[in-house]
Amino acid sequence: MALQVLAVDDSRTIRDMLQLTLSGAGFDAHFGEDGVHGLEVLEQTSPDVIITDLNMPRMDGFGFIEAVREQPRHRTTPILFLTTESAPELKARARSAGATGWIVKPFDPDKLIRALHMVAGNGDAR
Amino acid sequence: MRAPDPMAEIRASFFVECEELLESLQDGLTAMEGGASDSETINVCFRAVHSIKGGAGAFGLDDLVRFAHRYETVMDEMRAGRLSADAEAMRLFFRAADVLFDLVRAARDGTSLDEADIEATLSELEGLTGGSPKPEGEAEAVEFTPMTLSLDLPGLDISPDEAAAAPGWDISFKPERELFVTGNEPRHLLAALSEVGPLETRCDTSAVPPLWDLDPEENYLSWSMRLAADVDRERVAEIFDFVDGVCRLDISRCSSDVAGATACADRLSPDPTSARPDPEPEPATVPIAEPSAPTPVAAAGQTSPAPASPPEEPAKPKQTVRVDLDRIDRMVNLVGELVINQAMLTQSVAEMGIPANSPVSHGLEEFMQLTRDIQDSVMMIRAQPVKSLFQRMARIVREASASVDKRVRLVTDGEATEVDKTVIERLSDPLTHMVRNAVDHGLESRDKRVAAGKPDEGVVRLSAAHRSGRVIIEVSDDGAGINRPKVKQIAEEKGLIASGLQLSDSEIDNLLFLPGFSTASKVSDLSGRGVGMDVVRSSIQSLGGRIAISSEPGRGTTLQISLPLTLAVLDGMVVRVAGETIVVPLGSIVETLTLAGSEIRHLGPRTSVIHIRDSFVPLLDLGAELGYRTPLGQYDSSVVLLIAKEDGSRSALIVDEIQEQRQVVIKGLQESYGHVPGIAAATILGDGQVALILDPVDLMARASGATRAAADLTIIPGREPSAEESLHAG
Repeated sequence: MALQVLAVDDSRTIRDMLQLTLSGAGFDAHFGEDGVHGLEVLEQTSPDVIITDLNMPRMDGFGFIEAVREQPRHRTTPILFLTTESAPELKARARSAGATGWIVKPFDPDKLIRALHMVAGNGDAR
Repeated sequence: MRAPDPMAEIRASFFVECEELLESLQDGLTAMEGGASDSETINVCFRAVHSIKGGAGAFGLDDLVRFAHRYETVMDEMRAGRLSADAEAMRLFFRAADVLFDLVRAARDGTSLDEADIEATLSELEGLTGGSPKPEGEAEAVEFTPMTLSLDLPGLDISPDEAAAAPGWDISFKPERELFVTGNEPRHLLAALSEVGPLETRCDTSAVPPLWDLDPEENYLSWSMRLAADVDRERVAEIFDFVDGVCRLDISRCSSDVAGATACADRLSPDPTSARPDPEPEPATVPIAEPSAPTPVAAAGQTSPAPASPPEEPAKPKQTVRVDLDRIDRMVNLVGELVINQAMLTQSVAEMGIPANSPVSHGLEEFMQLTRDIQDSVMMIRAQPVKSLFQRMARIVREASASVDKRVRLVTDGEATEVDKTVIERLSDPLTHMVRNAVDHGLESRDKRVAAGKPDEGVVRLSAAHRSGRVIIEVSDDGAGINRPKVKQIAEEKGLIASGLQLSDSEIDNLLFLPGFSTASKVSDLSGRGVGMDVVRSSIQSLGGRIAISSEPGRGTTLQISLPLTLAVLDGMVVRVAGETIVVPLGSIVETLTLAGSEIRHLGPRTSVIHIRDSFVPLLDLGAELGYRTPLGQYDSSVVLLIAKEDGSRSALIVDEIQEQRQVVIKGLQESYGHVPGIAAATILGDGQVALILDPVDLMARASGATRAAADLTIIPGREPSAEESLHAG
């Protein structure tokens, strides 16, 4: 079964690129347009892995991750942080918010896929 | 169908998104300039720039990334409250937004920009934060090149001789509790590692306590692995990047190839020190987690209700679908054909003598209604608010006013008015020129304004509205008005008009539209650019529009553009005159009436008016105006169409017969015949006949007054006015 991915980013371009990359690699992708919308989509899906942006309207990436982690069923759902900054303190903040890993934007498609497999495994292995 | 390159499509949609982001940036900056100081407004601006940067990075648009990054950095200072949004800061923010706009355009069109100009804006911008342009700006920008993933694994430096050693890596890996809390899973990491090359894995379970002592959330396992792959260290370390700091990790080269197998195997044996859960690293990781964790939540909690305040629009994005414009155009054309087809069907049904209350007629009526609805919907797809256009004009005003040292405030009205996309695009150039003119020529210098008792800040007003089936766009200024004696003098000097002519005010104003009229003596470096008002007028005309000018000394000048709502279909009244079928746009007809001889008044040998409800309206014979016939002697009981101009003035057009009202598909004549005076376009009627579509206002403006009523018959001179004369006499 294909891995389910929830990707939350307010930029349509980034969502389009994620869609292209994810569907090309055989993932089933769902999208949220900001933190609040992401949580709504989360209600209707059960993603194997979540990708989120940092700067978003209504609820930013940190808020989103915390809100996801508060839900018992997503306590250990892998969450990748998609960010333009790669400063170490940002990583530390991401991790303390509960992020599993991070991908520097603009992302390299292969690297993103590798990272997804790294945190969520291969769909068929489940 | 060809499969379009998905990246090219995303790239195209990125630029569309950029336009939207730039628009919300403008909105945000305008709100800030207007005094909005809530954090959400600056956040909106920040996110707009940030998103442009993010997307631009994906396409390797380095110039755009670099600028957006530095712009964003300064904006972040304001976001953090270290920089106040004073007038100077806002001015620079606007200017930077303009440069960003240019960079987006340049990236899209593959053109280049003046580096120095960009750099100057940046350094001024960065001057706001007190610091000199940060060198890190450049350094950080490097991080946005694709593929970069920083690997800051401390204490894992390889010595040169290690690097030269045999292929293979020994890895010992002991996850800590925190690794699981962040959602990482050792199993997947090991799987990922095994994809790098052949992997030998040993799991050390010696530390697992008896079941009754087991903490289900604690980790008691550790792994020793040997990776037989000739890859560099980064490739291995990359896999553990996410768990760096939440596990104990050691990566080292196998020392030799043959003996190395055993050596490695030896080293794989569980190390007694690392086999036991080590309590020490845990508290070390906790401090990272504790203090910063609650902050973002609190911040998010505070900012989330903020969108209730001014900039609410971006908070509730509408669902949209992107469609290739060609597809819409194809649909518009098809609907056009459908309208023609429906007209033909109506005609055949009428010719068959089918009664009006028959099911066929009813069905046809519904069909007509549906066709109309489809048409409206299709037109709505193409329609866009003029807001983006107006925002571009805001920039023109900023730039123009700065270069001639005038203080100018742009007031816009009716930004939500929707106009066909093509019209909006093609309006950009003429409108730019008009706005520039208003700032440059329309408004007086600051001293003169003050001397005239006006505020030194001039106002340029830009408005859009729907009126009588057309779109009216006005550019007005509160300047000194047109200097009519001077305009007339220039026109005479340039030989555009004979000297000594008596001209009315509006005739003088219209001299500005003459080709070759350029008020060079007062043109500053700013306007001009080789475009005169004649070019503005012809570009408006090519859109089926009209431009009018009005001016009041001391009070200002107004330029009014009137445009059709759509470029494809028209509601028209089909009339017959002198044996020809003509379509008159329905929107311009106020009413139709049958003329009684007593209503006609004669103002002179060539001018008649009709008396309608307390007002006098000029009377024109359409047949004579178009040169189809000589004016008739007798107009008693003729059919008259009362036509209204946008400014409310009216004329009456005499026709022979009104046939019907219907929708017609506009087929342009411009390409084949150029601008035909009095004629807007042509169409194909239901029976396949070609009919001209009248431009009543143009016709009225050029009216020769060749129409004479019965009483004038005796004094008709012995010649017939040719079409040429009738149309050009005005």
